[in-house]
Amino acid sequence: MKFAASLAFAAAALITTAAHAQTTNVKIGVLTDMSSLYADATGPGSVAAAKLAVQDFDPAAHNMKVDIVVADHQNKPDIGSNIARQWFDVDHVDAIVDVPNSGVALAVSDVTREKNKVFLVSGAAISDLTGPKCSPNTIHWTYDTWMLANSTGKSVVKTGGDTWFFLTSDYAFGHALERDTTAVVLANGGKVLGHVAHPLNNQDFSSYLLQAQASKAKIIGLANAGGDTINAIKQGAEFGITAGGQHFAGLLVFISDVQALGLKTAQGLVLTETFYWDMNDATRAWTKRWQVDRPGKFPTMNQAGVYSAVLHYLKAVAALKSADDGKAVVAEMKKLPTDDPLFGNGIVRADGRKIHPAYLFEVKSPAESKYPGDDYKLRATIPADQAFRPMKDDNCPLVSG
Amino acid sequence: MASAADISAIKLRRDTDLSLAVAAAALLACLIVAPFVLYPVFLMKALCFALFACAFNLLIGYVGLVSFGHALYFGWAGYLAAHAAKVWGLQPELAVGIGTATGAVLGLLGGVVAIRRQGIYFAMITLALAQMMYLVALRVKLTGGEDGIQDVPRGRLFGVLDLNNEMTMYAFVLVVVLAAFFLIYRIINSPFGEVLKAIRENEQRAISLGYRTDRYKLVAFVLSAALVGLAGSLKSIVFQLASLTDVHWTMSGEVVLMTLVGGMGTVFGPVVGAFLIVAMENYLAPLGQWVLVIQGAIFVVCVLVFRRGIVGELANWLRVKL
Amino acid sequence: MFEIFGIPSQAMFAQLLLGLINGSFYALLSLGLAVIFGMLNIINFTHGAQYMMGAFVAYMLLQYLGVNYWAALVIVPILVGLTGILIERVLLQRIQKLDHLYGLILTFGLALIIEGLFRDYYGSSGQPYDVPDALQGGHNLGFMFLPNYRAWVIGFSLVVCFGTWFAIERTRLGSYLRAATENPTLVRAFGINVPRMVTLTYGFGVGLAALAGVMAAPIYNVSPQMGSDIIIVVFAVVVIGGMGSIMGAILTGFTLGIVEGLTKVFFPEASNTVIFFIMIIVLLVRPAGFFGRSA
Repeated sequence: MKFAASLAFAAAALITTAAHAQTTNVKIGVLTDMSSLYADATGPGSVAAAKLAVQDFDPAAHNMKVDIVVADHQNKPDIGSNIARQWFDVDHVDAIVDVPNSGVALAVSDVTREKNKVFLVSGAAISDLTGPKCSPNTIHWTYDTWMLANSTGKSVVKTGGDTWFFLTSDYAFGHALERDTTAVVLANGGKVLGHVAHPLNNQDFSSYLLQAQASKAKIIGLANAGGDTINAIKQGAEFGITAGGQHFAGLLVFISDVQALGLKTAQGLVLTETFYWDMNDATRAWTKRWQVDRPGKFPTMNQAGVYSAVLHYLKAVAALKSADDGKAVVAEMKKLPTDDPLFGNGIVRADGRKIHPAYLFEVKSPAESKYPGDDYKLRATIPADQAFRPMKDDNCPLVSG
Repeated sequence: MASAADISAIKLRRDTDLSLAVAAAALLACLIVAPFVLYPVFLMKALCFALFACAFNLLIGYVGLVSFGHALYFGWAGYLAAHAAKVWGLQPELAVGIGTATGAVLGLLGGVVAIRRQGIYFAMITLALAQMMYLVALRVKLTGGEDGIQDVPRGRLFGVLDLNNEMTMYAFVLVVVLAAFFLIYRIINSPFGEVLKAIRENEQRAISLGYRTDRYKLVAFVLSAALVGLAGSLKSIVFQLASLTDVHWTMSGEVVLMTLVGGMGTVFGPVVGAFLIVAMENYLAPLGQWVLVIQGAIFVVCVLVFRRGIVGELANWLRVKL
Repeated sequence: MFEIFGIPSQAMFAQLLLGLINGSFYALLSLGLAVIFGMLNIINFTHGAQYMMGAFVAYMLLQYLGVNYWAALVIVPILVGLTGILIERVLLQRIQKLDHLYGLILTFGLALIIEGLFRDYYGSSGQPYDVPDALQGGHNLGFMFLPNYRAWVIGFSLVVCFGTWFAIERTRLGSYLRAATENPTLVRAFGINVPRMVTLTYGFGVGLAALAGVMAAPIYNVSPQMGSDIIIVVFAVVVIGGMGSIMGAILTGFTLGIVEGLTKVFFPEASNTVIFFIMIIVLLVRPAGFFGRSA
């Protein structure tokens, strides 16, 4: 009796799997910061972007079923890696996307490689992800610290900012950004007069700003992001930093930061993003759709990157008809050229670096801004082949080894 | 000639041993079967926390000292074990050993300072010490700060058994934790343990009987810290990561919660409490910060109406010792 | 501009000023804790969360009702103090008879609840709160730049601290309070409503914490973790000072703030932890604390 029942069960299972054999099931996990200092630059906006990508891909047309799950890593590597592990082991997630916070991204990259799944980094910046920590399962999508240093950093040095003091967020991202920018400053004849590290998600910058002021450096390089950058700039005003002749260099600034600071405070800031919502008709049209979920906000490059990465990922899975082998999917993503309305045409390099142009923007003054969101004016375009670190300088085992 | 009182005392003792033995057997059976049914990594996490809670219970339930800063030993032992496994390349059993030793040494240093005061002051001092070591962990290179120590190798146990296999890892964790439980049980039921209980009941009287209570308290503190260190080291190896979360004051609060919910001063209370709280956090994770609210609410409710904890209430109802 | 031990005077005095400001908050908060401990024999772990609530209620009043800073200074301590009275009446009275450690655990749980609620609603990043217009800007004193708002914080804290000390040590109401701490039954026999005094004292202590929160809002940003971060340092301050006296709590708070500021100048990496180091040394040398009676 029991034997017959289990036989029947097995038969039923076989039949159902046979019936579903043609539909590829894909689960994508958006692991992001939903509640802390990076929530505005990524967070719910990244989720909205991922959903748009699935919509535009049209899974039914490819005989696929795509699910999205979301989690908040709270900027803690242990929480992030535990979620990743559980997602891969228990919940059958095939790919993780976004992950702002480079410390968490490094941990998630390890887990992804161990489980042979796919990791599409949009939020994190650390250039080591295509360097010594590169992985056949990870693609670094939107930007990285090398790009920021060589765009914003170089432009500031070239316009006379030759003495620097760094205010650095004390974790992987801050140190990497400081490292990469220092290299650029020194290579262009500048000097670094000092640095101080502050805790992540710091609220009170007064003592750090005082040290920066005492250094008399022309440029105070903000090797931090999100809420930390906003706080540092705001409190700098309280201590008369700019009045004293020093300038802030916002090494990583998103449009969400500019919106939070307001144009009056942020005007004149020079920054680099690889996406701007008001760039062309395609980006404007996409932004309108994105704003349905996020009224009154404007998408950052991270959020646009999530869209672009998910779209390309799904195309690769469709080509392979399976999402099971992470390495294979990533290899396919490197084979296929990328094409989406937000970043245009591009490629994914062998080291996992997505290549597209970078844009140097300057924040408009309140007088120059004609409508909400009209925050940037374009200062320079860095072509795709120059925007990112050349592969030969990577130190990536995938390329050299 | 055995009097009626003697006989009833012996009978009580046997009943006590019987109830404990039954409970222990049931627990053991569950733990052996569990990894085939539940996610092994979740179980390993629960086991590590169960050990953490039991070692904590040694202090609060049996000596009467409430430490609000036990995360210090848990987290720092985890850091040292991770460092030993990753940077020094030691085998997992040696790395765990180093972590345990770290717990003991830090326990000695912390205990010497904290035992100078009693009661509420003791609690505040342990909290302050733990916060100080959290701030140190934030800055020092060894710990990796916000990033933590990542990519910790599981390694080969005794050079032979590959711990990357989840079942092998589980078996190792289970054996170590069970051995530690047994050690705690033996400590509680030894002459040393009786003195500890005497100190909890009435320290002045113990002093008047000639016991150097400070010494006993310090030894208990060090033992507790060492076993907590063992739990922290195991956890670092299992998750291949040592991070700031393990030294943060909320971690200290969690172990108090587990012990309170499970039942302070009972043998199995902390185990039940640990499994319950770890499971709750797992399933309620999507609720985000509401988990903090729920934990706080459980604290309040327990203090008001449920001080005996789950196992304590059960033991009281069944009139056995658990 | 001159130099002291190789550090430019501007940097030194600026950090000292920051230290004095931190000290103001340490003093206010340890004062509140001391007052509550004196009357109820409870360590109010919720103190940090009540400080945070003070800052948030000020923020919410400004954001949603347009109530400005000056009104908030008066309204917020009363509002948050009322929640404190509620807590005392409903929860703390019930556990009066128990071991004092249960009080610590209960207030710890309350702190978690409050912090969790605010974190859930506002996220763990900070909310901005602007310095009130009248106090914006600063004065260049030659040897340093003194922001107006920060000068106000120090001044007002001193006034509040000494006002509280005066009220408790030198007025009749204060004498009733002190007597009730020593011998509640006897004081009751004199017809004084001791339970009501206890409740009001707790409310007052909570109100002090909330006041500190309002003052902190423009300086530290309003974030849900601000309470737990500071309260543990305040515990260390309290251990160093000893819970014996009001004046002791005030003096220790300000002094340790200054020490922290000085450490920032000469040895910045240790500045977060210097107060804890001092606590360890005090415990080894003089366990009762500087102003404490032997426990």
